[in-house]
Amino acid sequence: MADYKLIGKNYTTPDILAKVTGRAKYAEDFRAEGMLFAKLLVSPMPHARVRRLDTSAAMAMPGVEAILTADELPEAEAPQEAGLTNEPLYEGEPILAIAAVDEETAAEAIEAVQIDFEPLPFVLDPMDSLRPGGPNARLDGNTMAGRDLSTIKWDSVDWSEVDRGIMPLGGEVTDEWQVGDVEAGFAEADLILDESVFSASLSHQPLETRTAMAYWQNGKCFMHCSTQSTARTEGGMARWIGIDPTDLVLIAEYCGGGFGSKISSSIQARIPALLSRKAGKPVMMRVTRQEENFFGRARPGIQARAKFGFKSDGRVVAIDLTMVQDGGPYGRSGDYMSCADQASLMYQPEHMRVRGMTVYTNTPPRGAQRAPGGVQAVAMFAPIVDKAARQLDLDRLDIIHTNAPQGQALFGRPRQGRQGNVSSAFPKEAIDKAREEFDWEGMKARSGQRNGSKVTGVGVAISSYSAGTSGVDGLLVIRPDGMVEIHTGVGNLGTESFSDTSRAAMEALDTPWEQAEVVWGDTSKHLPWSAIQGGSQTTHGHTRSNWAAGLEAKKRLQEIAADRFGGSADSFEVGNGRVFRRGNRGQAMTFGQAAERAIQLGGVYDGSQLPEDINEMTTRSATALAGRGLVVAAKDNFETGGRNMSFCIGFAEVEVDTETGAVVLKDYKVASDAGTVLHPQNFAGQVHGGGIQGFGVALGQKWVMDPQWGLHVAKRFYSNRPPTILDAPHDQELAWSVADEPDPFNPLGAKGIGEAPVGAGAGAVLNAISDALGGNVDFNRSPIMGDMILTMLNPELDEAHNKLSTHV
Amino acid sequence: MGDVEHTQVQTTTEQQGVTRRGFIKGVIATGASVSASNYVLRNGHGVALAQAPGAVERLVTLNVNGQQRRVDVMPQETLAMTLRYKLGLTGTKIGCDRAECGACTVLVDGVPQYSCSTLSHQVRGREVQTIEGLEGADGTLHPVQQAVVDLQGFQCAFCMPGFVMNMVALTNENPDATRGECAHHLAGNICRCIDYNKILNVAEKACEYTRNGMRS
Repeated sequence: MADYKLIGKNYTTPDILAKVTGRAKYAEDFRAEGMLFAKLLVSPMPHARVRRLDTSAAMAMPGVEAILTADELPEAEAPQEAGLTNEPLYEGEPILAIAAVDEETAAEAIEAVQIDFEPLPFVLDPMDSLRPGGPNARLDGNTMAGRDLSTIKWDSVDWSEVDRGIMPLGGEVTDEWQVGDVEAGFAEADLILDESVFSASLSHQPLETRTAMAYWQNGKCFMHCSTQSTARTEGGMARWIGIDPTDLVLIAEYCGGGFGSKISSSIQARIPALLSRKAGKPVMMRVTRQEENFFGRARPGIQARAKFGFKSDGRVVAIDLTMVQDGGPYGRSGDYMSCADQASLMYQPEHMRVRGMTVYTNTPPRGAQRAPGGVQAVAMFAPIVDKAARQLDLDRLDIIHTNAPQGQALFGRPRQGRQGNVSSAFPKEAIDKAREEFDWEGMKARSGQRNGSKVTGVGVAISSYSAGTSGVDGLLVIRPDGMVEIHTGVGNLGTESFSDTSRAAMEALDTPWEQAEVVWGDTSKHLPWSAIQGGSQTTHGHTRSNWAAGLEAKKRLQEIAADRFGGSADSFEVGNGRVFRRGNRGQAMTFGQAAERAIQLGGVYDGSQLPEDINEMTTRSATALAGRGLVVAAKDNFETGGRNMSFCIGFAEVEVDTETGAVVLKDYKVASDAGTVLHPQNFAGQVHGGGIQGFGVALGQKWVMDPQWGLHVAKRFYSNRPPTILDAPHDQELAWSVADEPDPFNPLGAKGIGEAPVGAGAGAVLNAISDALGGNVDFNRSPIMGDMILTMLNPELDEAHNKLSTHV
Repeated sequence: MGDVEHTQVQTTTEQQGVTRRGFIKGVIATGASVSASNYVLRNGHGVALAQAPGAVERLVTLNVNGQQRRVDVMPQETLAMTLRYKLGLTGTKIGCDRAECGACTVLVDGVPQYSCSTLSHQVRGREVQTIEGLEGADGTLHPVQQAVVDLQGFQCAFCMPGFVMNMVALTNENPDATRGECAHHLAGNICRCIDYNKILNVAEKACEYTRNGMRS
């Protein structure tokens, strides 16, 4: 790694003291004079129409101040949602909201609402909607073909296969692509595995629900909501509320987790804002844990048929995928397409065909969840590759290495007949290091060891996912007091990238971090146009933009010094909070002195004159900051070289109790290729936190729904089971390692690391469970529950469900 | 904590004339259309249910972070709500309101308790400590807080106040805890960023600081 002073070093982030003393304010921690509380009336049925609604008794109750119904919202264009509806499409969908002087009164008013529902047909399993004569989740169709809602039924397939857990082939789908010639690929394969596989839907469940509080002052709406992004929440939230973005003040310095479910906050946050406008008072809408389970978003499950062709050396030559995604009732989420892209990247088949579609169901809305599609790809396909290694008598890490991409490998859905390329890929280097550091041979030696009824299993899996964007803006102010104020529109959901990426500007200025002040999380504080805080976009995107702003600031400092002392700008250097003449440090100005001079000079120095290529939001913010010092706004115009992707390789060791089916995780190690590490402590948190989130995918986090009534059975933590601290290995610290290969298309070599770790955790654990059972077992399904293990071990037991069953 | 403590809590509740059924009635909104659990938040406007039996606030004195705080509380009001909405102590978080996630954990007489499932009336005469009460007057951090800062512990940190309070109890009770013992002690707290590895590093570091005599 290059010799950096700040990058790659641990440091104390500017938010942690507030967090650890309880001073950090999340959405529900704000109070406003005369604040009302809102409660929601939510649908008790999976699909219904409001037949009769009488709110008069509720409105007549003392203390009730305002009601908001779906009729008052602009109609959303199908298949989008409005936030309130008269035709609920899933249990728990909000129908109306009431604001009252306190929350109990609001809840009582909700009970006083007279409402009558006409139940409508519902469907929970995409397969049931594809059956001829099967119900549609929506009255206007069961899928999206291009941009149109339509209905597709699979008339020609053999439905008896579905009943036996076999994903049928030949049904109509909405999306299809192919590279090479998949049939020719299978013809040259030495081993073909053709499997029906399933990865279950699961909720995001951030610990902070999507609570929001809003009020109006002088025509502006002040919104305290839970959101991952800041700059990229402003526009959408203003649209939802129906105001100009300049009339919205968004305050969201802390977000209690999102995992993709709060990338731009939530449409339901418009409810307190609109109620507040009606009531003329601030409104807090606290979202309960159960409501969060209903409308807090979820990862779509995928039912698939996966046919993989291998050469005898383990090389994947052909992949043929047919995928049906459980789309929930709204939107266009395309996990199945990213699932295919990631399979193409991880396994690099010369021939690949993908057929897929999303099918609407009356289950909670889906959204991007940490590596959307990528996690499902690993959960469904890593066990297939693992099984191939066994059948071809290959080392299970070798087969991953053999297929892993290298350099600027091509992958994914072709555009104009050509596949795109990854900006850099060093998973092979990561594997080579990990093989030694993690002692793969030693791990393998423990495979199959018995301790009473418990057997040790070892698993390894690779995952990949997007790791950055480009073209966003940097904005900083060097103030007369010498401080460098770095503004960022990146949100703060705990990855700390808002701060870690700000260090790029200080690195460029060669100045200690103590002289920096990060400004974030409040649009009234003038933030630049930024990447979404999601999809691991910020680490790459904002090291670029802050490096650009840092270099631009350096240039302006040199010019100011040249103006003061004479000579050319490049005879001056910048470092340690000063600009000084090379070889004559007596001719120097502090940042504070240079900032004062910048204010006198005006123009390009104090923000009065700004670059033309920056985003309008950045222009607005920089203009507001003009005159406060040396004001620098810069767009990231650095070269790009393909799609930015990171890789993780997870190594799991489990103990499976063959008597009870219980799985205990003994150890987890993760290797990664994520370019230059900006902040090792946070990096470790991402790779291990993501990995353990993957354990949830592999080991029991799921929905259970009553098929007769379409209602949730597992609505809370204790029943839908996100991993606890005892589910994670806890006898020793978990290890991690990095390839440490900088990305050539980032000035600091950085790539994001939020997404890729989840799949590695899931895949490694799934493979480890199979390994404990002797390999060659066909769970082909995640999560693996104890009863599935016992059924596998005791063939005389009946399976509780088949491989493709959803929400069981 | 454990069975003994639990029994004490029940006794206290009964002494104050709050029945279990009354409590449940107070906190759970009924009716088919309201599926969500509701928080008690009668804020003294004297409307609606103020006439209902037992639904009156009573002025009590609570010892919170070493201060005697006089506050009006409803019989069915939870400690989490009193702390957050009446005493301005929003550091204590509510993640589930049903004793599942532990974000609301505070210390009552040094014992970690879910404040979402503890009645404010139950803690009269007892010492309540929240995350706001850990830092010294001179800004010195508690060893647990210092460990968090030193190791960049937690991510979104919504779970952090609960974990930190539980770790304070851990360092008081058993600063020699092994990593596995730390995990068992903290098993009542959920982190959804699932940074459990780093959380256990923090717990071990906090124990180490405590063993080395750092002020707490």
